[in-house]
Amino acid sequence: MTTATVSRWYRFRESFFWYSFKRDKVAIVSFAVLLLMVLAAVFAPLLAPADPYDLAQINIMNSELPPVGMSGADPAFPLGTDAQGRDLLSTILYGTRVSLMIGFGAVVLQAFLGILFGLLAGYLGGKVDAVLMRIADVQLSFSTLMVAIIVGAVFKASFGNLMFGEIAIYMLIFIIGVAEWPQIARTVRASVLAEKKKEYVDAAKVMGFGTRRIMFRHILPNTLSPIFVIATVQIANAIISEAALSFLGLGMPETQPSLGSLIKSGFDYIQGGSWWITLIPGLVLVVLVLVINLLGDWLRDVMNPRLYKG
Amino acid sequence: MLAFLVQRISQAFLVMFVISVIAFAIQDGLGDPLQEMVGMSVSEEEREAIREELGLNDPMVVQYLRFAGNALQGDLGNSYFYSKPTLEVIAEHLPATLELVIGASLIIVFLSVPIGVYAAIRPQAWLSKFFMGVSTVGISIPVFLTAIVLIQLFSIGVTVNWFPSDTGWGQWLNDFFSTEGGLPSYGRGDELTHLFATWESGFFTGTGLMHLILPSVSLASIMLPLFIRLIRAEMMEVLQSDYVRYARAKGLSAGRINFLHALKNTMLPVITVGGVQIGIMVAYTILTETVFQWPGVGLMFLEAITRSDIPLIVAYLMVVGLIFVVTNTLVDLIYGLVNPTVKLTGKKA
Repeated sequence: MTTATVSRWYRFRESFFWYSFKRDKVAIVSFAVLLLMVLAAVFAPLLAPADPYDLAQINIMNSELPPVGMSGADPAFPLGTDAQGRDLLSTILYGTRVSLMIGFGAVVLQAFLGILFGLLAGYLGGKVDAVLMRIADVQLSFSTLMVAIIVGAVFKASFGNLMFGEIAIYMLIFIIGVAEWPQIARTVRASVLAEKKKEYVDAAKVMGFGTRRIMFRHILPNTLSPIFVIATVQIANAIISEAALSFLGLGMPETQPSLGSLIKSGFDYIQGGSWWITLIPGLVLVVLVLVINLLGDWLRDVMNPRLYKG
Repeated sequence: MLAFLVQRISQAFLVMFVISVIAFAIQDGLGDPLQEMVGMSVSEEEREAIREELGLNDPMVVQYLRFAGNALQGDLGNSYFYSKPTLEVIAEHLPATLELVIGASLIIVFLSVPIGVYAAIRPQAWLSKFFMGVSTVGISIPVFLTAIVLIQLFSIGVTVNWFPSDTGWGQWLNDFFSTEGGLPSYGRGDELTHLFATWESGFFTGTGLMHLILPSVSLASIMLPLFIRLIRAEMMEVLQSDYVRYARAKGLSAGRINFLHALKNTMLPVITVGGVQIGIMVAYTILTETVFQWPGVGLMFLEAITRSDIPLIVAYLMVVGLIFVVTNTLVDLIYGLVNPTVKLTGKKA
């Protein structure tokens, strides 16, 4: 048991993956920033000076205080307060948590759908392939954001504001997951088509293994690296989509804000000069999405066999 | 070619059919026309009679056929809020959105081509690296955030006092980093030129153009990085090809090779991708119009959602669906005409 874990660690340390990570400054910095943000979000309840969900802690008299360093600031609120008097640092920590949860959840859902449909389309081919890929094409041609906005609008109209607010997190995960599965399905299908022709698949067929076993136990593990790359980028996309939906009022309610709804609620006060309510969460969102995208770029370079060998 | 044409057009009809079914399902599932038409005091028997008269008790298929038949004749019902035909409401709002898209497209074309070509010809120049870096960051910035930052910088204005203002240099630096503001960030302005039908244009007056600047720059910002990267990648590939090498060997001038021979073949894939992207821009117009209160169809759609104006939501879906399907089909057909190899993949799929 111990030898297995030691050798696995050894293999990781000696791998090309770790080697190229160590040599890429952009990847190291991006990873460090992302790790910091994820940790800050996970431990938000411990780190945040105030609980933005707790109405008793909010004092409307503290509303629209500027960040420390500007005149009129209160040191109790390092990044200032929003229009309701909530501490902006705490709301951002909790908001990042919500955004990351939705981004991650949506990618898990779309990876599940994408892998399932991609495998089926690629391996079975024929009619299944034609139908699934047509659906994917049409959905992509509408752009995932448009699909998400329409589904969100229909859900909101049918559930009503209050009900939608309560289950918004699950709704958003569902909406974004369903809107973006074609991206992953296409990638999976492309690599399944390449894998399908290889000898080990023929060998498995000759041995009489069932279709399901060949698909999930033999082909799937060999298509994981492109899935990994695209899933990383998709987390960034899902976070942007969530922010866009929340900004349009089709996402998280203001009582339980994500980064997008923070930006939206702050936008109403920007003309009055309170820029920090909207621009600080905006900056956090951009940094979060940027580091994930940069990591995705790096992963693609490492895992792309063409570049690897060349 | 004929087979490809027929296949592509029949697919467009199939997609439009699916969209209409979805739109019908939304209308049927969400809207109860009775609630909008009659008051509380109407008895259950009377309601039932009206239902019967309106055909709401007919089988689903019959109701759908009626819906589709009306839609084909340009009748998608009346908006609850505007109390007039939904298509009329959309026609009133569409010019604003189109002008926004035109403005953004102009910015994209006039910036992405020179930058993309430059970055392809001189990939190692610091200016190319700068543009590529900016475009990576640009992709990570959501369009509504770009819009908000633009409003803060150029509409509200920023006064900076980071440097001590008692020295000449400090004052100069402060002024350098401060922005004036003053650009309009709300609506289209009040001086619009009437062109024809419902088209009120902002292209011909000073204020109209001023109002266009910030929204179209915001909308362009989301597509610009994509196009720069695409043009650069395509151009670099073309520059590697044999005919360019031959032209170099022949001794043609660099300008002639780059701009006459290489650029022509670069633009082909770019135009087709561009066609699809302009359709996708419709989704982003919703965000841009919300930020700038731009009275186009995107803002109208969002308002229809908050007002639960079901007929208008459904009509918007049908119209936008039609726009998407038509642009995508046209782009595919043009591409099929220009590049016959695509027919093979078309057959396989």
